[in-house]
Amino acid sequence: MTTSAVGTPAAPGEAIPKASFDWKPIALLVAVMALAVPAVGSTSSWITLTVAGLSMGLIVFVIASGLTLVFGLMDVLNFGHGVFIALGAFVATSVMGYGAGAGWGGFASIFAAMGVAMAVAGAVGWAFERIIVRPVYGLHLKQILITMGGMIVGEEIIKVIWGPLQIALPLPDELRGAWYFGDAGIEKYRIMAAGIGLVVLALLVYTLNRTKIGLLIRAGVQDRSMVEALGYRIRRLFVGVFVAGSALAGLGGVLWGLYQQSVTPQIGAQVNVLIFIVIIIGGLGSTFGCLVGALLVGLMANYTGFLAPKVALFSNIALMVAILLWRPQGLYPVTNR
Amino acid sequence: MTAVLELSGVHTHIGAYHILHGVDLEVPEGQVTMLLGRNGAGKTTTLRTIMGLYPASRGEIRFRGQPIHGRETPDIAQRGIAYVPETMGIFTDLTVQENMVLAAHAARHAGELDKARLDWIFALFPALKKFWLYPAGKLSGGQKQMLAVARAIVEPRALILIDEPSKGLAPSIVNNLIGALRELKSQRTTILLVEQNFQVARALGDTVAVMDDGRVVHHGAMAELAADEGLQQRLLGLSLGAHA
Amino acid sequence: MNALDRILSHDRPRSKWLAAALVLILVVLALAPFLFPGAKSMSVVAKILVFILLVASYDLLLGYTGIVSFAHTMFFGIGAYGIAIASEKLGAGWGAVALGLLGAVLVSVALSLLIGLFSLRVKAIFFAMITLAVATAFQTLASQLSDFTGGEDGLSFKTPEWLSPSFEPFETEVLGLLIDGKAITYWLLFVVVLALFLLLLRIVNSPFGRVLQAIRENDFRAEAIGYRTVVYRTLSNVLAALFATLAGALLALWLRYVGPDTTLSFEIMLDILLIVVIGGMGTLYGAVIGAVLFVVAQNYLQDLLAVGATAVQGVPVLQAVIAPDRWLLWLGVLFVLSVYHFPTGVVGRLRALALRLKT
Repeated sequence: MTTSAVGTPAAPGEAIPKASFDWKPIALLVAVMALAVPAVGSTSSWITLTVAGLSMGLIVFVIASGLTLVFGLMDVLNFGHGVFIALGAFVATSVMGYGAGAGWGGFASIFAAMGVAMAVAGAVGWAFERIIVRPVYGLHLKQILITMGGMIVGEEIIKVIWGPLQIALPLPDELRGAWYFGDAGIEKYRIMAAGIGLVVLALLVYTLNRTKIGLLIRAGVQDRSMVEALGYRIRRLFVGVFVAGSALAGLGGVLWGLYQQSVTPQIGAQVNVLIFIVIIIGGLGSTFGCLVGALLVGLMANYTGFLAPKVALFSNIALMVAILLWRPQGLYPVTNR
Repeated sequence: MTAVLELSGVHTHIGAYHILHGVDLEVPEGQVTMLLGRNGAGKTTTLRTIMGLYPASRGEIRFRGQPIHGRETPDIAQRGIAYVPETMGIFTDLTVQENMVLAAHAARHAGELDKARLDWIFALFPALKKFWLYPAGKLSGGQKQMLAVARAIVEPRALILIDEPSKGLAPSIVNNLIGALRELKSQRTTILLVEQNFQVARALGDTVAVMDDGRVVHHGAMAELAADEGLQQRLLGLSLGAHA
Repeated sequence: MNALDRILSHDRPRSKWLAAALVLILVVLALAPFLFPGAKSMSVVAKILVFILLVASYDLLLGYTGIVSFAHTMFFGIGAYGIAIASEKLGAGWGAVALGLLGAVLVSVALSLLIGLFSLRVKAIFFAMITLAVATAFQTLASQLSDFTGGEDGLSFKTPEWLSPSFEPFETEVLGLLIDGKAITYWLLFVVVLALFLLLLRIVNSPFGRVLQAIRENDFRAEAIGYRTVVYRTLSNVLAALFATLAGALLALWLRYVGPDTTLSFEIMLDILLIVVIGGMGTLYGAVIGAVLFVVAQNYLQDLLAVGATAVQGVPVLQAVIAPDRWLLWLGVLFVLSVYHFPTGVVGRLRALALRLKT
């Protein structure tokens, strides 16, 4: 993450490098929200859509953050990230189905689902890293091919376990419905999802910025061999980051599934494309860029979904193209090794 | 004089290229050993081979008597060798403070850095104190170099490898650097220093090893080499004395 | 041998087994209507032909230029839909085919140029992801513009008279086969695919092709020597797209039906990847061998799985996994294994074997 720095005051006459925060992409985010007001027309609809967009964006961020860190740190492009999303979503159907039968409360159900999904996705992620990814470190072409193959196999195995058809994932009663502020309806679930997303964000920010491990990750993203030359076995960190990324994807899968209220085996592949768009927009390896990118994508998807539904998928691609024309490496490119 | 580092018959291949053709080198403890030579002689490759960044294809490298050839870079670094590469290896997105914390194995965050040592480093390199919380990418070239050296000394190390620290720096900054390295030398730190700037070499070196074509072709006291212009011409094509 | 060398652009098989296999395939494909009169076998053979062209064009991009793109099926689809839409709107006939083909080619060239020029600004990895996004969007577009494209159901249309199954120019059988429009369509495919394959051989063995390979090996150095890598990459992209479009047109003429799943689906992209990996990247002949192996296996894999399924009926896990519906699972496993253990593909292995036997 690019940090804004507060420096000790400089001695007079010394040229200080201005430590400035790159605010332009944030401005873009605000601009998009502002432009939507006249486009959407009614304030209440705008509020609903904006909250929906931001919460969707946060869910997408949860999923994408793992992928961008894995790429930034390990230089591994995991085209199979979608399999963890799907796994999380399907595990949720099982856990919540069980919970409904056993009479658990709504919140208990959801949190249990999230916990189990993260554990399962993390475990599968560990296996994925060992078996599929590790042999192809540094070989981008093979990585793309193999992780894609891994996803296909994973998707098929999901079909074997849960069947090839769509499964409903209904929201528990406590989370149905919306709160109304005047005319604006804000769905309860969306607030909760946004809340969880913010918690994940806070944890990530804390870990990256205030712990030594986070320091190692941020340094490793920039220059792996120098981190090793400083005496750290960064490869051990790789597995940890990969597992964490997979677990986050699993969590995101639960949230996404509940958002759609249904789950299909293709959910992984579908969200995959969205994730790629987000991390390209954000800049590969940048967590903050990933956040801004995810929020932009979430907002765009909801605004265009309201204004011109047929154009929805293209709006994201158009957004990606526009941003790449402005900043070819993404919004917050990580300065490279 | 005990040798902290010993290389015997070290060969290194990079891909199909045979760069080091049997390097024999001893780095005595508590002294500054200069590693000189023309461009392409293999000086940087030697340092990188010691650090395990390139695997030695043949030969032995011993650090304090223990073999380190064939070991992984983090392992070698943990034994007490600090490395300041030619490219400096500064993490530009991290602050100066964070760069230093990273280099200190014992510190989990800035509060745990050795205050006394930090003050000493700030005395050597005042700019680092000034820009302590700024992203390291904003520093000038000379300041980055100082940070790179500071990282290597944030904790005591048994051996410091430095690759062309004065490269591309203005003369005044080079003087600053020489001063700092002299201070280190006075603390009996063992340094293996690669340099092309002969002023620096003459000012700092106790022992000198000259490389050519992947081998060490001369090894001896710096004072001797500095006094013998004919030898300088033969080995380096230039005289150390010319840059008085 | 000189004439043969020139036809193959001096890119010889370099392995007796490979050469023998290629000759066998060529003969079988040429005589297919006589050898396999049944509808299913003919469709398998026609599919082989189309895939040879489709995969060879992808090899140009991946194997020779080193670019990973997931948009190849998009151009395949554009070619197919071009023919289909033109024939449906304008009525069957060579005019419609020509117009549809022209339209498809123009769209493909324009799109591939756009995508190719983008590679100027982004890194290779970005490029792969972008092509994935674009291809997905295109697939959605094709399903949604149902008035134009027939949506999920696709379009059925009639082909020109000479190519339609009811057309029988000769009253009597020739060599045991009653020649009809289907057979003529097949031979049209055969001739076009053969010609375009040889053209591809010519392209990759030309100076242009060599520059592509230099770029694949070390683009930094190629740029330093003075080649505008962007221009070459873009051209490679456009050419690959062009040949894929033609392959799509051929498929449309054969099937007389086009839908999102016959051309645009991600499974087809995976098939292409699998074939190019198994056959051998950067060889072009790999596309031929791979396509034959793959299409035959795919068609009979499901039958095989069905047989296997009856064998393991009742065994809980195996029953779920060895089922005709799960053929994609086995394909995926095969794919992953091939990338690991078979990096040079069949052609690579055969050539290495030939070299070893020589020395």
